[in-house]
Amino acid sequence: MSILVNNDTKLVVQGITGRDGSFHTGQMLKYGTKVVAGVTPGKGGQKVEGVPVFNSVEQAVKKTGANTAILFVPAKFSVGAVYEAIDAGVKLIVCISEGIPTIDMIKIMAYLEDKDCRLVGPNSPGIVSSGQAKVGILPGHIFKPGRVGVISRSGTLTYEIVDHITKSGLGQSTCIGIGGDPVIGTKFIDCLDLFNQDGATEAVVVVGEIGGRDEQDAAQWVKKNMKKPVFGFIAGKTAPADKRMGHAGAIISGTAGTAAEKIEVFKKCGIEVGETPAEVAGLVKRALS
Amino acid sequence: MKVHEYQAKEVFGKYGIPIPKGRVAKSVDEVIAISKEVGIPCVIKSQVHVGGRGKAGGIKIAKNEQEVKEYAEKILGMEIKGLIVKKVLVASAIDIANEAYLGIINDRTVQKTVVMACKEGGVEIEEVAKKKPEAIHKVYVDPLVGMLPHKAREVGFFLYEDVKTAFACAQITEKLYKLFVELDSSLAEINPLVVTTDGDLIALDAKLNFDDNGLYRHPDVESLRDRESEDENELLAREQDLSYVSLSGNIGCVVNGAGLAMATMDLVKHFGGEPANFLDIGGSSSPEKVKNALSILLKDPNVKVIFFNIFGGITRCDDVANGIIQAKKELTIKQPIVARLTGTNEDKGMEILREAGLIFAQTMDEGAKKAIELLG
Repeated sequence: MSILVNNDTKLVVQGITGRDGSFHTGQMLKYGTKVVAGVTPGKGGQKVEGVPVFNSVEQAVKKTGANTAILFVPAKFSVGAVYEAIDAGVKLIVCISEGIPTIDMIKIMAYLEDKDCRLVGPNSPGIVSSGQAKVGILPGHIFKPGRVGVISRSGTLTYEIVDHITKSGLGQSTCIGIGGDPVIGTKFIDCLDLFNQDGATEAVVVVGEIGGRDEQDAAQWVKKNMKKPVFGFIAGKTAPADKRMGHAGAIISGTAGTAAEKIEVFKKCGIEVGETPAEVAGLVKRALS
Repeated sequence: MKVHEYQAKEVFGKYGIPIPKGRVAKSVDEVIAISKEVGIPCVIKSQVHVGGRGKAGGIKIAKNEQEVKEYAEKILGMEIKGLIVKKVLVASAIDIANEAYLGIINDRTVQKTVVMACKEGGVEIEEVAKKKPEAIHKVYVDPLVGMLPHKAREVGFFLYEDVKTAFACAQITEKLYKLFVELDSSLAEINPLVVTTDGDLIALDAKLNFDDNGLYRHPDVESLRDRESEDENELLAREQDLSYVSLSGNIGCVVNGAGLAMATMDLVKHFGGEPANFLDIGGSSSPEKVKNALSILLKDPNVKVIFFNIFGGITRCDDVANGIIQAKKELTIKQPIVARLTGTNEDKGMEILREAGLIFAQTMDEGAKKAIELLG
């Protein structure tokens, strides 16, 4: 088992004819993901990597039964593309695009409230359920089927930690990049809840960073509800205040959202924290051995 | 992005939010001329991007012509928390009967825009939120319908008992929300919002920050950027689509991805070193971008060692390697380079760099330690 994506995932790629869209369609197919359709308005009828292209997500869903959408669309157009995917009735949308204005995300979240649809991202590297499906841009070769769930706000730092986990002899059930923006569709708590119910997952690693209080809220949730061990890493201990560290969401506002604050709450709530990415993998290894 | 108070007030003015009469000045002569327009007594306020301007002596009320000149000379050119004052706002002085706080932000936890009102004005709202959260009245806005009149009146009646003042406040709330959403603001703050002795409501101070992700659709907002007040290297990096933040250490870090870049800085510190910067070269990094990144690092005289930490996903290690080679040819790099390249096209990357005189590391731990050792 796994969460969010698996062998039943039927993927439609929005922006499939673009440079990133076509490249990653190939990579996802290579991983074994069932990419059933692509969408680029005006390019319906073409094929990319053997995948049929449609003019709208609605058509793609009707013709292929796609249940999951991924967006490789420039930020300016990705807001419209998210609404299109929601209206087409897919159950999961993964938004890779970086640079969506916060107010647009706030509107999308309000629009999603009464819909049976989950958004992951924006500014997410995607999701991998090891050995089953890759919906995103994460490098497939570092993953190995296993018992560890990974949730992260970043991309390459996730790869670093996943790589350590794999090299330690363990593997991952599912790894989710929830995205580095301040307002995101799926938060740590949503993923922890899913991992808590997932039979294949025996431990979870939470990779957080400075900014906001999602990690703190997640830690409180873990203390109350989690039946499996949770391990943590927080990036940005050396980050100065009031400076955006790359990710739109990675900013210490005054004195709020520091790494020290998050690490303290983690420890109080029973989440062991690794000082370095290598150390986190070591903690998980020890716990599951 | 931050703008100065005088710029925020110009935006307020366009949206019909009442502000004191005033203009910005860059010289003592201009201050004197504007003081005659707005009338004396007037207030002279330094325009720098730091808090605590008043305490630092950067805000003065001039009660006569002599004081106008005296304060203008004193404030223009003074240093506040490391920043030189190059501009001042000269505005008519207001007789204050009551001060309150009104602000709008996007609440990232609730995922809604929220209006915050507090009966105490001139306060640090984050401090109030910590110590006396019940003193802040919050009104969340449904983004799909916008600011409804009764929600705006809720803010007005929370702050003021007097009906006329409450209604005036409701109007200001509606206008401030309109501005906030239309311009992709991330903070719109009136602190203090003042009732004058004549009973009028006016924004005595104004603070506006903007969502960087929204700037592409507001060239008029982008044009308000005060380039002089920003770090030169950070500006240059942004223009080259790199994410760079200058720090005080001596180990220059070049990393792909923001999370890994932060983790790299932390790791350098963890092993006893001091990172010189945060630098994310982004996803699909071309050799050109890597070269640009290096040239920015080299502008920092504190950088003694350069540490490349690359985990190839979309980023290809051979692209990074070619960038390093190109940079070594075109720039003068005296500092030793420690390189840890792993992931996509790692072997090709290492092959390219074999003869380049770099110090290699297998892991980021090893890389950070080697970089520190090289400092001696």
